[in-house]
Amino acid sequence: MGTVILLTLTGLGLAALYFLVASGLSLVFGLADVLNFAHGLFLGVGAYATWWAAGNLPGAGSDGFGFVLAVVFGVAAGTLVAVLVELVLIRPLYSRTIEQVLVTVGLSLAGVALLQATWGADARPFPRPDWTRQVTGILGAQVPNGGLLLIIAAVLVLGALLAFLRWTRYGLVIRAGVENREMVTALGIDVRKAFTLVFAIGGAAAALAGALGGVYFGTVSPGQGSSLLIFAFIVVVIGGMGSVVGSAYAAVVVGLVQQFVNYYGTSGLGDICVVGLLAVVLLLRPQGIAGKVATA
Amino acid sequence: MTEPILNVEDLSVRISGLHILQGVSFTVAPTGVTVLLGRNGVGKTTTLRAIVGLTPPAGEVRGTVRMGAQSLLARPTHRLVRGGLGYVPEDRCVFAGLTVAENLRLAERRGVSPAYDKVFALFPELDRRGRQRAGSLSGGQQQMLAIGRVLLNDNRLLLVDEPTKGLAPKVVTEVAEVLERVAESVPVLLVEQNLAVVRRLARDAVVLAAGKVAWTGDAQELLLETALTRSLLGVGSGESQHLAEPGRAAPGKDQH
Repeated sequence: MGTVILLTLTGLGLAALYFLVASGLSLVFGLADVLNFAHGLFLGVGAYATWWAAGNLPGAGSDGFGFVLAVVFGVAAGTLVAVLVELVLIRPLYSRTIEQVLVTVGLSLAGVALLQATWGADARPFPRPDWTRQVTGILGAQVPNGGLLLIIAAVLVLGALLAFLRWTRYGLVIRAGVENREMVTALGIDVRKAFTLVFAIGGAAAALAGALGGVYFGTVSPGQGSSLLIFAFIVVVIGGMGSVVGSAYAAVVVGLVQQFVNYYGTSGLGDICVVGLLAVVLLLRPQGIAGKVATA
Repeated sequence: MTEPILNVEDLSVRISGLHILQGVSFTVAPTGVTVLLGRNGVGKTTTLRAIVGLTPPAGEVRGTVRMGAQSLLARPTHRLVRGGLGYVPEDRCVFAGLTVAENLRLAERRGVSPAYDKVFALFPELDRRGRQRAGSLSGGQQQMLAIGRVLLNDNRLLLVDEPTKGLAPKVVTEVAEVLERVAESVPVLLVEQNLAVVRRLARDAVVLAAGKVAWTGDAQELLLETALTRSLLGVGSGESQHLAEPGRAAPGKDQH
């Protein structure tokens, strides 16, 4: 029983990480039709900026308020990079899908290379509060606190995103834009501002994933964002493009399948099962769990 | 002579290699309804979309379009709309996943008081159905929402694309009545296939054929010329009235 609880909660921790990356990716694709292969870069920037801030930023550190400040700095850095990417690189290329893919893939590769050139290719220990290294006993299972932190953060982000989509003017614009971007424009709304906003939201969530992923894994490395991005894309497709709630459901399914199959089967089989799940969803329900609806 | 509200000169549109509009020129009077007629595929919707700046990115638009003294073609759609160019698209395009109230709220503009009183006076049902998802409305109700959404703000000109398409005869009559009332205060450029509605609403007509203007003039005179309507529109005005007169059944088109 304890093993099942442990696998469930660590699977949910992984799901939380996927959700934080996938939610922004999904909104960006749903609203702006941009398949952003550079989204993993925002995660990398968030992770490295948090790591750097903990050691160098006055007032920041690896524990207590200092760590919170380091994470805030990391999230701000990821958000800033996301906004700059949208304004400088993506905005001139809207409706030019192939060029977008080329630019975002190129940026993703260049970003990883830049992180490697600056801080080396090896994984570095991530500064984290002591309590995140410890475990909490839940129904007989000893669950890592880092995973629980991820779950709590993902639930809070999900709630905040849904409240934003449901109750704010820009949330309304995004939900409408996911359905019919052209008609939003035809009502006199500058939809490009909403594009920048969803990039900022996506960048912030991915950067938070980078910071908390560092806590969860204990290390930070240049390729972390790219490897997580693959599963985030799978989550987006299974959940339905543009749906935050769909991404949340899909992240839970993918995280749990991966964790349980990797434990009870051969290591790595869980990853293959997730790809199989993606194939099944594409065959039976190509629009994903929630379809193209920005659910609030 | 009064100045036209819209002046279209030598408008050409190419999309994916197809030369859809080939030098279209016409004007829209500052009052009443000007109807844009023509057989299917002659470029009526393309004309409206080019005016409001919604030609696909792969498309190429040339010519001049002026609303008053203002040139329209180089400006983004949202600015044109905020400048008083209202657009009601073909097939309604309401946001199916949003409620009626949210669809209306989306059209509100910062610093401008939305004319809910006017809209709910025209369409009381929209007030009653505020919490209903727009996707669950009937075709007629969706059309009312699409028109109501545009009427929340002041407009200098309304572009309305086939508002009676696919509607039950009773609803066609209701939509025609509303457009008649709307046209008392704002000029309308209307694309419409239903000649009975055209007869009721239109003062001027522009007929397109093969991407060019084939005829312009008084709409009522056009409808009296059976031979002319047959050659330009492929249907005699008397036949079309019988087929699609408001209040009579239009076979196979009842989606109410």
